[in-house]
Amino acid sequence: MKFITIAGPPSCGKTAVLIHTIKRLLEDDTKVAVGKIDCLETDDGERYKDLGIPVIVGLSGDLCPDHYYVSNLEEILTWAKKNQAEMTILETAGLCHRCAPAIVGCLSVVVIDNLSGIDTPRKIGPVLTTADVVVITKGDIVSQAEREVFRQKIRLVNPEAEILEFNGLTGKGSVRLRKILLESPEVHTLVDETLRSSMPACICSYCTGETRIGNSYQLGNVLKIVS
Amino acid sequence: MNNLVTIKKITILGGYTKDGMEEPIRKMDITTGEILVLVGPTGSGKSMLLSDIELLASADTPSKRTVLINDTMYEGCRSEIIAQLSQTMNFVMDTTVGDFLILHASSRNIDSDAIVNDVIALANTLAGEPINPHDFITTLSGGQSRALMIADIALISDSPIVLVDEIENAGIDKLQALQVLSDKGKIVIVASHDPVIMLMAKRRVVMRNGGMNKVLSTNQKETELLHELISFDKNMFSLRESLRTSGTIEIA
Ligand SMILES: Nc1nc2c(ncn2[C@@H]2O[C@H](COP(=O)(O)OP(=O)(O)O)[C@@H](O)[C@H]2O)c(=O)[nH]1
Ligand SMILES: Nc1ncnc2c1ncn2[C@@H]1O[C@H](COP(=O)(O)OP(=O)(O)O)[C@@H](O)[C@H]1O
Ligand SMILES: [Mg+2]
Ligand SMILES: [Mg+2]
Repeated sequence: MKFITIAGPPSCGKTAVLIHTIKRLLEDDTKVAVGKIDCLETDDGERYKDLGIPVIVGLSGDLCPDHYYVSNLEEILTWAKKNQAEMTILETAGLCHRCAPAIVGCLSVVVIDNLSGIDTPRKIGPVLTTADVVVITKGDIVSQAEREVFRQKIRLVNPEAEILEFNGLTGKGSVRLRKILLESPEVHTLVDETLRSSMPACICSYCTGETRIGNSYQLGNVLKIVS
Repeated sequence: MNNLVTIKKITILGGYTKDGMEEPIRKMDITTGEILVLVGPTGSGKSMLLSDIELLASADTPSKRTVLINDTMYEGCRSEIIAQLSQTMNFVMDTTVGDFLILHASSRNIDSDAIVNDVIALANTLAGEPINPHDFITTLSGGQSRALMIADIALISDSPIVLVDEIENAGIDKLQALQVLSDKGKIVIVASHDPVIMLMAKRRVVMRNGGMNKVLSTNQKETELLHELISFDKNMFSLRESLRTSGTIEIA
């Protein structure tokens, strides 16, 4: 089984990139299963089901979607095995950029779009720096110069990754991405594998449902902007 | 000078039309310094062919074409050798023209001081209203943006292969624009509906139903006609400029 994570900010094109690439994988009869983690709501499950492949959707509700995602990795792998998948692709919620639920030993893809601003590569942290493959979308709507500068900014924070330009509307780039996915490592279990970077420390009163504002309600791990 | 390989030619090996028939043109060489125009009705496959070239396709796109550089499969990074320009592209970065060009030049390891003025001066030969280094790039007009993109591709990107998808309606001096782009021995491939651009190139590919249907060389008669069209076009351009800058037309 190949287990691949695909992360990136909301609306950067993760689902568009995956749909085009999965279509290519299906041409070779590769058995693909997709998991989608989100927080409150997502239509992505339906979009993947239209491809006629097994899909599992997890909504984290009141929990942090990235913590929820890590807590369910083994369950998703087991589900995919039951569905005879050869490749499991997991789309993350992509809500905050602090977490990078990339897994050591599994291919990690990050999607980032040309519209997100020139400083984004520097700002988004582990999700970009720990990725094996950086997919850049929406090059069809910005200038050649901006594409070049954006690519170079990505190169600066992640010198190792393969950078791939992709058009999420036409699927341009999907053949190359298919090849990369097909060459990704095999895993049998995720138990005892590790994350490539740690999640932020938290557990304060707001994590457990507190809604009131003020020092006296803030218990646990609390950091102040001015000390 | 910042290109790692010298590109001498592109070869397109024919694939299939939208109906899965072999496209009539089986092999097409385009050599350095040439401007090639793609013509054909909307939906005939011009953008698809440009996309195949951009991807340096190897029988792995819907058309199943193969694109070779200097007779071989290109192994390097294609974004370093191919620049693109289309009607849908806009500037999105929140910065001034001057700062933007400095940023782009430094990303290409080009000394930025001199080049900034060169790019702006070149852009200003293409568009009506002059561009200023202090203008924000996102506030430039359509024509100014296109002019700046062209000058920037010509001087800073300096990619040996330039792909242009239908920019004739952008309010720029299109002939001058093509001249600027094809300068310095680049290969320029342009999809166009504009007869002046079609006849300006020595050869044009006629697209039909997704396939390369014919390659035509511009003939004597067409070249003569081109001169008429160009002066017609120049009149249109100066008339437009004149009317735009409060000129009037009087009975002679
Ligand atoms: N112009 C353009 N739009 C794109 C591209 N890739 C994705 N989109 C659009 O961006 C929007 C968000 O895409 P989606 O795949 O849902 O993003 P996700 O939230 O990361 O999964 C959709 O409207 C896509 O059609 C691209 O390369 N170019
Ligand atoms: N050789 C081909 N095989 C399969 N589909 C094609 C081929 N050429 C073009 N198409 C498809 O036909 C449609 C129109 O082509 P396009 O290149 O956008 O035309 P144009 O730019 O001339 O208007 C697109 O969806 C494109 O993907
Ligand atoms: Mg999505
Ligand atoms: Mg087109």
